[in-house]
Amino acid sequence: MVPINYYIILSAILFTIGVLGVLIRRNALIIFMSIELMLNAANLAMVAFGSIFKTPEGEQVFSGQIFVFFVIAVAAAEVAVGLALIVEIFKSKRSIDVDQMNSMKG
Amino acid sequence: MTIDLILFLVLSLIAVATALGMLMSRNAIYSALFLVLNFVTVAVFYLLLGAPFIAMTQITVYAGAIMVLFLFVIMLLGAESLPTAEVLPWQRPLAILLGFILAVEAVYLLITRARPAGDVLQPEAVANTMPNLRELGMVLFQNYLLPFEVTSILLLVAMVGAIVLIRREKRVP
Repeated sequence: MVPINYYIILSAILFTIGVLGVLIRRNALIIFMSIELMLNAANLAMVAFGSIFKTPEGEQVFSGQIFVFFVIAVAAAEVAVGLALIVEIFKSKRSIDVDQMNSMKG
Repeated sequence: MTIDLILFLVLSLIAVATALGMLMSRNAIYSALFLVLNFVTVAVFYLLLGAPFIAMTQITVYAGAIMVLFLFVIMLLGAESLPTAEVLPWQRPLAILLGFILAVEAVYLLITRARPAGDVLQPEAVANTMPNLRELGMVLFQNYLLPFEVTSILLLVAMVGAIVLIRREKRVP
């Protein structure tokens, strides 16, 4: 029996590491990976919350898991578009350093 | 200490260590591989929480598809390591300070305000079996059918968007 607080604390720590990655790193790909890490931490919290609830009949409640399923689908879509954007930026600037991305055109 | 708690502690150590490794490593390939390990650890957490379907989805979609896409792009661009040009010297300490504050606040608020009373229920033997998966499928396709279809449209839009972005533009004279 693991207290649910442990899962929540772990989720918060992982989320914070993701935030730190976005704040510290300059490589656009690593920033992207940090965003994935944050999504993952949120998923972990959702599954943990979902696992402590039962219906009055004692059945498992699946809403948390299903929401995680949707989050995973959205993350896949986000990665497809985001990586396409990164490749496109690299083609025009020859770099994926986010400090270099300071102009709206070209 | 039950076996679950020991498992949880060891796995959470691995998860935090791999997340930090992702954050620290200079080489983007190592970051991606650390992140794969992190995703696999989280998948084991899902099994501990009695969510086998999500665990398998995590491994196939995240650790499989998404990270392979990442590795593919890293190798395609040859962007393993960037020259480190520190433009804002105060940025890193400030970020670490803000991140620490965020962690403390998130933990405090989640524990005090979300009121998650009680332990994680022992995922009984039934939780990781076939009838349970069937129940999940029933809920997904009965109560959540519309979001499911919207998700498929979202994936289609993302696919079209990626193709449009990557497409080589014809120069119009």
